[in-house]
Amino acid sequence: MPVAEIPNPHQEIHRFRGRLLVAALVVSALFLVLVGRFVHLQVLQHAHYDTLAESNRIAIAPVVPNRGLILDRNGVELARNYSAYTLEITPAKVRNLDALIDELATVVDIAPKDRKRFRKLIDESKNFESLPIRNRLSDEEVARFSVNRYRFPGVEIKARLFRQYPYRDLTAHIIGYIGRINSKDVEALEASGQSANYRGTDHMGKMGLEQSYESRLHGTTGFEQVEVDAGGRAVRTLSRTPPVSGDNLVLSLDLKLQEIAWQAFGERRGALVAIEPNSGAVLAFVSKPGFDPNLFVDGIDPQSWDALNKSIDRPMTNRALQGQYPPGSTFKPFMALAGLALGKRNARYTISDPGYFTLPGLSHQYRDWKKGGHGAVDLHRSLVISCDTYYYGLAADLGIDAIHDYIGQFGLGEKTGIDLPGEMSGILPSSRWKMRRFRQKWFAGDTVSVGIGQGYNIATPLQLAHATAALAANGKVYRPRMVSHIEEAASRTLKPVGSELVRSIAIKPEHLQQVRAALVDVTRPGGTAAQAGKGAPYSFAGKTGTAQVVAMKQGESYNESRVPERHRDHAWFIAYAPAENPTIALVVLVENGGHGSSAAAPIARTVLDYWLLGKLPDGAQPKSNVNEEPSD
Amino acid sequence: MIDQWEARMILRRAAGIATANVDGLLLAMLVLPLGIGVTVLYSASNESMARVSGQLINIAVAFAVMWLAAKVPPNHLMRVALPAYLFGLALLAGVALFGEVANGARRWLNIGITRIQPSELMKIAVPMMLAWFFHRFEDHRRVYHYALAAIILALPVGLIVRQPDLGTAILIAASGFYVLFLAGLSWRVIGGLALVALAAGPLVWNVMHDYQRQRILTLLDPSQDPLGAGYHTIQSTIAVGSGGLAGKGWLNGTQTHLDFLPERTTDFIFAVYSEEFGLIGNVILVVLFLALIGRGMIITANAPNTFSRLLAGAVTLGFFTYAFVNMGMVSGILPVVGVPLPLISYGGTSLVTVCLGFGILMSIHTHRKLVQT
Repeated sequence: MPVAEIPNPHQEIHRFRGRLLVAALVVSALFLVLVGRFVHLQVLQHAHYDTLAESNRIAIAPVVPNRGLILDRNGVELARNYSAYTLEITPAKVRNLDALIDELATVVDIAPKDRKRFRKLIDESKNFESLPIRNRLSDEEVARFSVNRYRFPGVEIKARLFRQYPYRDLTAHIIGYIGRINSKDVEALEASGQSANYRGTDHMGKMGLEQSYESRLHGTTGFEQVEVDAGGRAVRTLSRTPPVSGDNLVLSLDLKLQEIAWQAFGERRGALVAIEPNSGAVLAFVSKPGFDPNLFVDGIDPQSWDALNKSIDRPMTNRALQGQYPPGSTFKPFMALAGLALGKRNARYTISDPGYFTLPGLSHQYRDWKKGGHGAVDLHRSLVISCDTYYYGLAADLGIDAIHDYIGQFGLGEKTGIDLPGEMSGILPSSRWKMRRFRQKWFAGDTVSVGIGQGYNIATPLQLAHATAALAANGKVYRPRMVSHIEEAASRTLKPVGSELVRSIAIKPEHLQQVRAALVDVTRPGGTAAQAGKGAPYSFAGKTGTAQVVAMKQGESYNESRVPERHRDHAWFIAYAPAENPTIALVVLVENGGHGSSAAAPIARTVLDYWLLGKLPDGAQPKSNVNEEPSD
Repeated sequence: MIDQWEARMILRRAAGIATANVDGLLLAMLVLPLGIGVTVLYSASNESMARVSGQLINIAVAFAVMWLAAKVPPNHLMRVALPAYLFGLALLAGVALFGEVANGARRWLNIGITRIQPSELMKIAVPMMLAWFFHRFEDHRRVYHYALAAIILALPVGLIVRQPDLGTAILIAASGFYVLFLAGLSWRVIGGLALVALAAGPLVWNVMHDYQRQRILTLLDPSQDPLGAGYHTIQSTIAVGSGGLAGKGWLNGTQTHLDFLPERTTDFIFAVYSEEFGLIGNVILVVLFLALIGRGMIITANAPNTFSRLLAGAVTLGFFTYAFVNMGMVSGILPVVGVPLPLISYGGTSLVTVCLGFGILMSIHTHRKLVQT
């Protein structure tokens, strides 16, 4: 290359240096902009970004409290916790869920049932929540997953406390169950200002005591300030506020008694409620059949859910609490008291029973259960032999509103206020009630069948037990309750839940004496429950009852053997013992059991024998219903 | 037998050869930022000595390249300018035809022994070519020469944009533009280009890749996509801002050590530095960079001929561009483009390219008397 002559080197260099100066100025200006930006971020906005960095770094992790236990009166655990591993998937972090689950199934067992349950959980869950696909992993499965963990982003193993109900169906209708918190629960928690205390908690009571004592059982959530990295993993703990465990519930229920009552039903459906008359404490509370509440804890699979829901036996219905049946003849003792108290009858008043009753001027015959009638019947005999005709007449004499007002004092027709959710109130009809319900006038004919516990009259077994307890306690009405003591976790003290006297019914002692004496004779030779009372070394009062399932047409006769099983009458028996100073009042209902005397009274006898004498039923030792293995 | 005097003479001569053509001032100015870089790298890599020693090896290699480049007289460089440019262009064409795809972009060429990224080579080859071009036609420069220069620049830039590698393309376009600017491109044309660029904005937007558009949208509002494209900017801005005046202290950056900062040893290392050393540290680093650029400009101003003037100026301003774009991106005023912070970020390629540039500056400076005579 020739060394070219520069035409005007000085001018050229001058221009070049001018350009270079411009560049230098631009460079300085831009660096100044940059420094300005640094000052903006690091001085003016420092506090803001510092907060952001801190909130990046520090996460408040809730520490979930241990849920309180539920114990029977002798300390037997009816609801308990155990810790186990679950395999959880966060669906939001997973692209192809099905492929991932298929892949997971090569490492841990995943049954079709688990998949279905998982699908259901997704539908019900909040976003970004991790959901269990498998519970109770074995140690081997935990190890196998841990080795393969890198293959499954969004899947993790968590150690968690599980709720378990070792007595399954035996206590299902009392304890209820906990289930995963759904969006409706979240709304309710937010409305009650509780949502902060439920951070990190994913289960809450959905039924039974688990539901009604939720606030006591749950406890107070603790908090941990942890430093986390970008992946959300906790690096170290900065501070910790420990959680306070939920309170333990101690029930007045005697599991042994419950078990004996349960077994006394055999294969039959029904309910039994036993109450301590002078406190309202519930000693046994049976609704049969039951169900396995453990199925609900981590979401029930659709198949089991269908099976429970579609079963003709309706195992999910709490018969003692929600089953409403005509009280039948168990209504008569209360009618008798009403008749005496309101001066419509006295002990000597005697009718001649032709086997039916007619209202003056009407031809309709209200039939007695015994064709041809019982002949001469006074108050005492009317109860012992359960004469219908006597009570038809008494009801007509009292009038419906007097019956309602008097017997209502025993708690029929209203909720007893037991500490279980979902109680039904039954119906103790009145003219006002009928007007409200049907917009119809009350007819005199409506009153007659109410007198024998039929017609519009319906009650739950719990209500009848409650009323029987009031009778046994000489008119003292105590609110029935399941929980007798609460063991407070914070103070570690056992606090009794006092009994609550709802009202005292003023009953003249001689009236009470007349009715109670008759009820004792019911279980003695000549009484309707003589068979059940045979050989009892204690005296006990009782009353049989039969509740019609299908109304008989006029002139038609009821023949048990010809009626389909599900259309047979329900059998009732109410009782209390010892008759002089009762410590237990109970009601037995056997669905489609037929007669109270043959179906229900023997069950009551078995329970009373155990409670008063410690006597086990004839035959085998009571088989333990306990399932020591945790179940899912 | 070599006596003592002879030995001393040999040593002195060896030292003379070793230090000849090395600009001591520039070398001294390089050592401080490199020291800062290694210190920050130790923290950014969660105290990994392997990373630090790897970077020390990179520095050694880069210094060797710089030393060699300083020895090559500018006249020789002028001779290789055209072949180097054509070779680079051929490689870029090769990438477009046979290149390997990584992360959705075709940037690498497998030449059997190793994979190379020809766009790196062009960072030096393009300004060299343009400097040579203007040097060649300095005595009868016409407007069409600037147009030709624009084509020389547009060819490699176009190929790199297509890879796609917008960041590198912008940097190369910038260094080419610096040559045109310093060569005296008229202000009217510059103004016209600026207008055209503004007008072409929507057009460019249409031909841009989705990810490129996303980056620009993200710059305008990082919170739109806080876990995706906006994450880098949000987290690095938090790191810088939370550093405050004096920083959280070396090894104490929470954004750094709790993994919130992505790519914290490479493109985002400045966020680590900023978080741990604060505004004071940032200003010190900016001053160090300014000093280097100032030294480069003095060398440029004193360069003996058009080729070395233009090349020195482009290299110096190129260095500024890397530093500014990186710090701007980390502090959230520029979109995220894959540009490392020169002398600080971990990585051999960038370090070698930068030091090659400084070697050329040293060569230009130490050979100036030679040319003038």
